[in-house]
Amino acid sequence: MTVYRKNLATTLLCAAMLVALICGAFYMRPGLAASDAKAAVTIDNYAFGPGTLTVKRGTTVTWTNKDDDVHTVKSDEGPVAFKSQALDTGDSFTVTFDKAGTYQYICSIHPHMQGKIVVQ
Amino acid sequence: MSEDVKDARGMNRRRAMQCLMWGSAGVLWTMSGGVPKALRLDGEAVAAEAGSFSFAQISDTHIGFKAPANPNPNGTLTEALARITAARPAFMVHTGDVSHLAKPEQFDTAAEIMKSAKLDTFYIPGEHDTIEDDGKLFFERFGRAKNTGGWYSFDMHGAHFVALVNVVGLKGGGQGMLGAAQREWLEDDLKSRSASTPIIILAHMPLWSIYPQWGWGTEDAAPALDYVKRFGSVTVLNGHIHQVIQKVEGNVTYHTAYSTAFPQPAPGDGPGPGPLKVPADKLKAMLGVRRIDVVADRVALRDAPLQA
Ligand SMILES: [Cu+2]
Repeated sequence: MTVYRKNLATTLLCAAMLVALICGAFYMRPGLAASDAKAAVTIDNYAFGPGTLTVKRGTTVTWTNKDDDVHTVKSDEGPVAFKSQALDTGDSFTVTFDKAGTYQYICSIHPHMQGKIVVQ
Repeated sequence: MSEDVKDARGMNRRRAMQCLMWGSAGVLWTMSGGVPKALRLDGEAVAAEAGSFSFAQISDTHIGFKAPANPNPNGTLTEALARITAARPAFMVHTGDVSHLAKPEQFDTAAEIMKSAKLDTFYIPGEHDTIEDDGKLFFERFGRAKNTGGWYSFDMHGAHFVALVNVVGLKGGGQGMLGAAQREWLEDDLKSRSASTPIIILAHMPLWSIYPQWGWGTEDAAPALDYVKRFGSVTVLNGHIHQVIQKVEGNVTYHTAYSTAFPQPAPGDGPGPGPLKVPADKLKAMLGVRRIDVVADRVALRDAPLQA
């Protein structure tokens, strides 16, 4: 019984490693490659620029406030919610987008300011 | 100031002082039976009438602001308060953006400076006061409401004041927002008042559409203001846009106010509503305070820049 169990455990372990290897080959590598990617959104004159930004999955997006007024970055609709603190002049906020989809966001105190991140 | 001393030209000194304090650039409106008209107002004569009172409005003090448009908002607030206290109002209202970033130390500094006026003060939040936590910290310090939303009302010398919150839970693409719960409360709050009661409404963001592209308005102001239509005298006092703009609509007069911190551009003038940097010697002409005189159902406003 003990031996059989050991064998089963070994088989399961091998299977798990194989799955991990396949996953690594087909899924992890593109993920790793994309995670290096960076993109920027500038907040200027009460607008997000670019208004729509399209990036690959895993991309890190940084918003920087260039206005003399305070702004925030707050998700409105999308797969994952996010919200920055108050961003004073020169402050930045960063989100890494691991899930594909369309993320709509606003400035929570100037809601006429709207932006969109499309993650492919 | 306690004695009325006529000078050689026959102008009494007290009047002269007041002209000096409030400037000649002040805009004046009065409301009587729904017919607004410009009025030359002698403060002394008004004060003598029974049931009359004066209060002050201060707005957009933005304590914590550091950008070039005003390197010293603490100083300009102190000056604004000196101007207010010199006119000896009964109390003061602050129509929001007390702080720039809703930081505890900014609220502390603001409260400390405001205290120097030694005036009972009624606050409502601006969007800068609610930016981090929907106003939790603000309401803890400056709130007067019994509800969690932060809105409230109070009566003063026969006038009914409504203090609204239109800077929380804003929706994408929108402007200021009162929300259904607050509108219901407002309907209920006004229901028992007689139509001859002067109604004075405080809200940070304008309760009429000044420039929606910059968010200068309130989405659901119209249904809320349906509840005041039966009143003979309604005065709406707003902040947010750091300049004086007025509108009259039936029995309702709308007034935005000066900031004590920095000016903003006229609606639609330029790429955005950011702080306006003007030459240092021009700044105080674009900052100011407001005095409001209420006599029966007539409400008269005087906007005074910190410098003529
Ligand atoms: Cu903003």
